[in-house]
Amino acid sequence: MVEAIAMAHGWEMQQDDAVVVIGQDVGQNGGVFRATLGLRERFGADRVQDTPLAEATIAGMAVGMATHGLKPVAEIQFMGFLYPALDQIVNHMSRMRHRTRGRLHCPVVMRMPHGGGIHAPEHHSESMETILCHVPGIRVVCPSSPARAYGLLLAAIRDPDPVMFLEPARLYRAVRQDVDDDGRALPLDQAFTLREGDDLSIVTWGAMTAESLRAAAELEGEGISAEVIDLATLSPLDGATILASVAKTGRLLIVHEAARNVGVGAEVAALVAEHGLFDLLAPIRRVAGFDTVMPLYKLEQDYIPSVRRIVDAARSTLAD
Amino acid sequence: MTTVADFSIGYVRILDPNGELQAEAPAFARDPEELLRMYRMMTLARAFDAKAVNLQRTGQLGTYAPCLGHEATHVGVGAAMRAEDVLAPVYREIGTQMWRGVTMREILVYWGGDERGNDFAVPRGDFAWCVPIATQTLHAAGAAMAFKIKREPRCAVAYIGDGGTSEGAFYEAMNLAGARALPVVFVVVNNGWAISVPVAAQTAAKTLAQKAIAAGIPGIQVDGNDVLAVREVVGRALEAARGGAGPCLIEALTYRLSDHTTADDASRYRPPGEVREAWLLEPLLRLRRHVEKAGIWDEERERELGLDCARRIDSAVADYLATPPQNTDAMFDHLYARLPRHLIEQRDTARRFATKPGGH
Repeated sequence: MVEAIAMAHGWEMQQDDAVVVIGQDVGQNGGVFRATLGLRERFGADRVQDTPLAEATIAGMAVGMATHGLKPVAEIQFMGFLYPALDQIVNHMSRMRHRTRGRLHCPVVMRMPHGGGIHAPEHHSESMETILCHVPGIRVVCPSSPARAYGLLLAAIRDPDPVMFLEPARLYRAVRQDVDDDGRALPLDQAFTLREGDDLSIVTWGAMTAESLRAAAELEGEGISAEVIDLATLSPLDGATILASVAKTGRLLIVHEAARNVGVGAEVAALVAEHGLFDLLAPIRRVAGFDTVMPLYKLEQDYIPSVRRIVDAARSTLAD
Repeated sequence: MTTVADFSIGYVRILDPNGELQAEAPAFARDPEELLRMYRMMTLARAFDAKAVNLQRTGQLGTYAPCLGHEATHVGVGAAMRAEDVLAPVYREIGTQMWRGVTMREILVYWGGDERGNDFAVPRGDFAWCVPIATQTLHAAGAAMAFKIKREPRCAVAYIGDGGTSEGAFYEAMNLAGARALPVVFVVVNNGWAISVPVAAQTAAKTLAQKAIAAGIPGIQVDGNDVLAVREVVGRALEAARGGAGPCLIEALTYRLSDHTTADDASRYRPPGEVREAWLLEPLLRLRRHVEKAGIWDEERERELGLDCARRIDSAVADYLATPPQNTDAMFDHLYARLPRHLIEQRDTARRFATKPGGH
């Protein structure tokens, strides 16, 4: 997936001189995950800039650059280091268009690795999308495959508003897929139904999409037909796709890696409770990360929802 | 031990408190029309400021941050900038903004609780008021980065207060600007007080200008009550930055003669003697003495200026008070380029339950 991300950068930088890449180690080193590999050689040091080691700087300078004619694509090295940048994202980037009545706006993409599963040190494995989804004026996007990473990143760069682009770190190298470098974007604000089914809707995103698809395959062996929906854009939610699926299956299982408490899954559940309650044949269930600190890597596989947990929850939902 | 680094901080004053030149006058200060242009704007800023406080006291304006005592710094910076440069203000620098074309009506609309006040007709590229302390310094650095990448001969100017220099974003902005030689000038308005906290309690640094040294950029102090010195020092810094010499930090020493905002009562924490002494150094009187001694100003002209300011302010206030309020759609307008579907529903709810008749 990491090559697809680098490819999307390359395509858009070739098409649009306003696109510039900033972040820690994105230049000579091509990013610690190599998501910007080769860009400096192709587009020069002005357009592919290593920043000082300061996340508020990255987000704050992105605001200044974006309001003055550029389209910065900024890398935060790990989502656990996003917090110093939140002041700029929440107080400025997200509301610049609104508070100036459209005079200034921020076409910025903030990319960051998301989630665990790569045996990383402390603070390198968190899934904190909920914090961002609460902020008006921005989009939060989380791709689940190389093709969607390519197409959604292009869409994010082309979008005139700020997009937080959360890249599941364990998909960077684990998932390989041929992706055409054709410059075709995928739609934002739209969920992807990756597998159709009749008995149960599984709503998920990011790295948990692969686990959910595996669980669905296992459930098929038991005669359970599960639909799998990858939300892809976590804010704003594509409510229509979720509600249509639940209207069809009558059962909803939400799967996410982030902690359960006030997770995006709670918003999905509330949406269905508000608009699709009478379609439900069973209570909504959530399989999520525990409401604990993300453990160091020896226990991370016990934190991250497993296929076994998803299948177990699906069976329970069907039995209700 | 060997000394590996050494620094000193310069201080510039051109006009002394009696209005006498204590250094050679820069070229602009030898042009009577330029001197009077600055004096008129400083007078207008002070009169407008008093009116804005009055509007707040009578319930016609929200909380407002007065600029009383800062007029020389604000007008000096405005006069030093070019129209195509970009300003990142805090929330008090109306002298700079008015010099650059922001209208008194726009200022009142913003402080009157309406975002349309941020939609300046002129200058379109300037940042709006910035309430989260020090964050604007990074916007100025980012804008300067854009100018550098696009090879445009433009500069950014960021204001910050003395208290703001304790914030991380301020150090980060200077650090970035220094590391990339960005065309940006940081102006610290040291007015002595961050709400109730005096500078001495804010930092052990002897000057705020020396905070530049750690970032590897020049830092200098200027008499912030001397409009000639401010314009000269900022002007030189801008031309150096425009020429590729990189950023600069300028500490303007002045005094907040007012409360922090209309919600503050400075008598709770500030000795009255200190304020009385500060009035002796205030910037308008100094420039007035100078232009009177130069024979280009007198009592009659002063009276006419006062009347003219009052007329313009009254007209701006009337325009402000006649501005029809936004309806509830304004909460949703401009939130995104295209409004997401769930917000269309919420917009309908807001319309249905609007608190004011015609609120939608």
